[in-house]
Amino acid sequence: MTALVAQLDPSFFRDRSESDCIRENGAFCLDWALDNLDRYVTPTLEHLVLVVVSVALGFALAFAMALLSHRRRWLVPPFLGLTGVLYTIPSLAFFFLLLPITGRGADTAIIALTAYNLQIIYRNVMAGLANVPAAATDAGRGMGMTERQLTWRVELPLALPEIIAGVRIATVSTVAIATLAVFAGGGGLGSELIAGSNITFRTGVAIAGGIAIAMAIAFDLLLVLLQRRLVPWRLAAERRSREGARFASLVRRVRGAVP
Amino acid sequence: MSLPLAFLDAVGGAIDFIFNPRESLGGGAEVGGLGQVGELTLDHLELTFAGLAVSLAVALPLGLYLGHRGRGEFLAVAIGNAGRAIPELALIAFLVAYVGTGFLNVTIALAILGIPPILTNAFVGVRQVDRTAVEAARGMGMSELGIVARVELPLAAPTIMTGVRTAAINVVATATIAPLAGQLSLGDFILARNVYGDEGVLAGAILVALLALAFELVLAAVQRALTPRGLELAREAG
Repeated sequence: MTALVAQLDPSFFRDRSESDCIRENGAFCLDWALDNLDRYVTPTLEHLVLVVVSVALGFALAFAMALLSHRRRWLVPPFLGLTGVLYTIPSLAFFFLLLPITGRGADTAIIALTAYNLQIIYRNVMAGLANVPAAATDAGRGMGMTERQLTWRVELPLALPEIIAGVRIATVSTVAIATLAVFAGGGGLGSELIAGSNITFRTGVAIAGGIAIAMAIAFDLLLVLLQRRLVPWRLAAERRSREGARFASLVRRVRGAVP
Repeated sequence: MSLPLAFLDAVGGAIDFIFNPRESLGGGAEVGGLGQVGELTLDHLELTFAGLAVSLAVALPLGLYLGHRGRGEFLAVAIGNAGRAIPELALIAFLVAYVGTGFLNVTIALAILGIPPILTNAFVGVRQVDRTAVEAARGMGMSELGIVARVELPLAAPTIMTGVRTAAINVVATATIAPLAGQLSLGDFILARNVYGDEGVLAGAILVALLALAFELVLAAVQRALTPRGLELAREAG
């Protein structure tokens, strides 16, 4: 029944340097890798687009939901429930639930990946807003700020570390899950993982998997740098009490990581 | 046909697939129907439970130990972060290409995705336990093992269960692509379109989604049941 554990497809290697290593499916065929690096460019770019677009959309939607529910607390439970359901449905199933509506393609993958992101980012934005010290908002009110000014000038800047932490988690997870987009016809690095309808080609699996993991790490580092730039006061505070802040940030990350 | 009608039509076909067996697309085999759906659901559950059990067996003691000793924060965090970066498809492909297929191998792959959230949450959960509660227990003459089992574990239970829920979501999702590694699960309906047809694929997607949601609901209920009354009161007050 599992026709999917397929044999090596010879056409996959046509016009490629046929070495003993490839014939024997060696652990890692460096020659083949160097000869064929070009075939990974397009999937990598497709993967990047999938991740950037779905995290950006997820952020925009989740951020809007957080702003909406920040002053209308009754919206919080339905938003949490809705995003929770979307988060729970496995992406692969989500792709094929969407298929009758949106058809095969990157759009379908992006919708499912965006839906997956919502919960992670929404939770973190809400946690960030909830952690703003009452003294800060009181001070803002005392200065005569409107609710809108309070949100944009006091609460959101103070919530930035949590918000960026959420985006980090969402981005890293999305890089990993976007490998499944190939099943929705969305391309990406997954197309090289199951290239030639086989997942037994070791070198190919190692390269495509390696690129995906490297991309996740690169995004993570990039967002850490962004956070440092956007939240300089945090760094100063962390220097003051490194231990305490480190544990606090650990707690924050874990809370954000999990619904 | 308009889009909503086409969608309803597709869902109707999928539901028909779930309840009524038919011949496979290639012919020669009977597919669909409650019999096969039940079989693959059990396969999926078996993989999921096995993966979760191994995750718990590895991550819970380790997380509790590290949390209790207040050590290995770097380890707990690094594993938690690294776990998120592992692409599930790459993991299964790696398994097939390098290690080999089979129930045990797939279970280990699922556990690799289940361990990180449980480990990190167990560590953080224990670290967050009010130190005065631990000191009080120690003062009452409780052994270290007793403190872990009867003070830290119950107080950390909600946080740990959050990790278990995340792990379950990862494991159920990845069990869906287990057929790529030769282990049947509900994912077979989704992945083998040439056998089950479009109706089978959609039926598979519906069933996988329902199974994941069912897991989430059950584990959320378990989490509520395991939350000590005292913590609930403290939370309401605070």
